[in-house]
Amino acid sequence: MSAHDTRMHKQLAELLRKHSGQQLMANRHWRVDMALKPILRRHSIPDLNMLGDLLAGDSDADLARECVEAMINNETCFYRDQANFALLTGPVLDSMWEKRSNTKRLRIWSAACSTGQEPYSLAMHFASNPEKWAGWNIHIHATDISTSALAQARNGRYSQFEIQRGLPVMLMLKHFDQHETEWQLKEPIRRAVTFAKHNLLDAAQGAGVYDLILCRNMLMYLCDDNRKQVLGNLATALTRDGMLMLGAAETVIGQTDRFAASQEFRGFYEQALSR
Amino acid sequence: MKSCLIVDDSKVIRKVARHILETLQFQVAEAVDGEEALTMCANDNPDVILLDWNMPVMSGMEFLRAYRASPIQDGAKVIFCTTENGIAHIQAAIDAGADEYVMKPFDRETLENKLQIVGCL
Repeated sequence: MSAHDTRMHKQLAELLRKHSGQQLMANRHWRVDMALKPILRRHSIPDLNMLGDLLAGDSDADLARECVEAMINNETCFYRDQANFALLTGPVLDSMWEKRSNTKRLRIWSAACSTGQEPYSLAMHFASNPEKWAGWNIHIHATDISTSALAQARNGRYSQFEIQRGLPVMLMLKHFDQHETEWQLKEPIRRAVTFAKHNLLDAAQGAGVYDLILCRNMLMYLCDDNRKQVLGNLATALTRDGMLMLGAAETVIGQTDRFAASQEFRGFYEQALSR
Repeated sequence: MKSCLIVDDSKVIRKVARHILETLQFQVAEAVDGEEALTMCANDNPDVILLDWNMPVMSGMEFLRAYRASPIQDGAKVIFCTTENGIAHIQAAIDAGADEYVMKPFDRETLENKLQIVGCL
């Protein structure tokens, strides 16, 4: 790697940190290089070093935003981490059902939802269990920092590759229409989720709002300070007896004193004060 | 160790699928068409069958109908794996008794997901 490459990656890392709070680790350089290539083609920029030079002046805000969008990892799929998702839709939601059976009101936040597969997986789960959730007021709110990911999420349209990642064929037939090589989510499931752009480093709207927050496979891209800040924001947004779900490889241990690992549900976390 | 029978007339697809399945700790057998697959299932029923649609001698759909109607079947899960990617084909396969459907081209993660969905992983 040349000194110029190192400088260029440092510039890109600073850009990503400034706009999203995420770190650009050295092991993601090749992935980022690949992700930026369509931008080079679109703007007739000859190479990544030239892109670095153009970004260095901080004069082209649109180009900077475009690069940040490309560098954010939008990896997701339907029913991601099936075993953990089954724990969520089984025992965890059973527990939520009991806790909220007096109000029959459930507020769920899919934080860092990427292209929408996670909140839509939840919406399909509720639609598949109409008797259990009859009369409930369930709101699934989903946010992400990426404008392009949110646009796809709102459209609910997925490629052949995306549609068969994690989604059982019966649910695909039930909830999607085929449009040539793409699959369009039907209106009832799309209506069950609201989307908004949000940076998790910023405070969430409202305190103690959400009964359940899903924030999976995002904290791993943050530095310690930002991770602590995001966990603080999530704790503030969660109800006193709510639950936080993290990615299978993530934990709050050693990251914050606002959450404690659930004794009942592996991979789930509770407000530390509720103990 | 779970077993999988790959039924596909393409040597390349059989090789790719075998590689993925073996890394997932499956014992793998291969058949080049539905007729050979029926014979193999009569001798030794696999846990899961990865089934192409268009094959000479006996197609995937002909195999599936014969297999599901036959006393030789022993609860094997059937995953269609085909370039027939239209919704009518998918619905027809499910109606005929397929448990899952993979649209080609596929990658390791897609196949792994589908094997989890049918309970073979």
